[in-house]
Amino acid sequence: MSARTETWTWLAQRASAAVLAICVVVHLAMMIGAVRGGLSAADILGRTRGSAAWALFYGLFVVAVSIHAPLGLRTIASEWLGWRGRGADAACAMIALSLLALGLLAVGAVTL
Amino acid sequence: MSMIEVRVWRGGPNGGYRAYTVPREDAQTVLDVVTYIQRRLDPTLAYRFACRVGMCGSCAMTVNGKPRWTCRTHVADVARDDRLEVGPLAHLPIVRDLVTDMREFFDKWARARGQFQATSTRRDEFARVEPASPSRRAVDAAIECIGCGACYAACDVVAWNPAYLGPAALNRAWTLVNDARDGARGERLAAVAGDAGCHACHTHESCTERCPKHLSPTASIAGLKRASVMAAFRGEL
Repeated sequence: MSARTETWTWLAQRASAAVLAICVVVHLAMMIGAVRGGLSAADILGRTRGSAAWALFYGLFVVAVSIHAPLGLRTIASEWLGWRGRGADAACAMIALSLLALGLLAVGAVTL
Repeated sequence: MSMIEVRVWRGGPNGGYRAYTVPREDAQTVLDVVTYIQRRLDPTLAYRFACRVGMCGSCAMTVNGKPRWTCRTHVADVARDDRLEVGPLAHLPIVRDLVTDMREFFDKWARARGQFQATSTRRDEFARVEPASPSRRAVDAAIECIGCGACYAACDVVAWNPAYLGPAALNRAWTLVNDARDGARGERLAAVAGDAGCHACHTHESCTERCPKHLSPTASIAGLKRASVMAAFRGEL
């Protein structure tokens, strides 16, 4: 990739990591709270359905994961497998789109 | 007289370690040991050195697994259990014994645009550079590199991606990015920000740990990351 693309890619991975640091903490705290509070699946869905705030939060979470994970895999493919260039970039783009699609479908299922 | 067992790499890439017994001396350096072997035990041993006082950077070798200047490394500091193993620098092709081919190492300095690009001639006024300015201080912190290759041999990313420019070349580029007199800042940032450049650094800091001059190529590389991001935002990359 060109220097410009590589630089934006690097920034995207750092920025998405910063978003994930917050999202993961909030997500874990909520999961532990839900389990310890004895909330059922129906209780949880009752709170998330129609909630724009939860849709936005988990939507952002999914977008950050879809950016961060494929870029990390791209680095691992380059350094551990010696797989670089267009093929590796295309594979990572496919992983990114898959994560985005599956994640947004899941967010839609619990918030819409 | 006490003696020390020394294992020294002999041959090319497919060679191996050979054991020698060398008399221990006070204030003995690893270079003294290698020199003793060549002059007294085996004159066919090939190694490289020049100044013997830590100025030239030519005697770096792998000593007990770590890249070091052999001239400034006392045996007493690295062979506490009386075990000494001396090999060629890692990540560079072995020519023979302890001598490596440094061409790729220095070619990468050129690939990182490590040459000063003048913007004025000898007939112009001297450039005025404020000694306390942040850019001049950044140059001061990185400029003392003598190109010994210890950082390059210590770098994991060089092992994983042989095209990676490496800590020394990127450190050199950082000194020029901060040089107010230089006229190739944009081209240089473009040269060091590709997939074999500064963004590939994992910040393991092995280069900083192993630099005999106590420089921090890691900090220089971080500076290049910041500078390239700012250039990208300004549309200059």
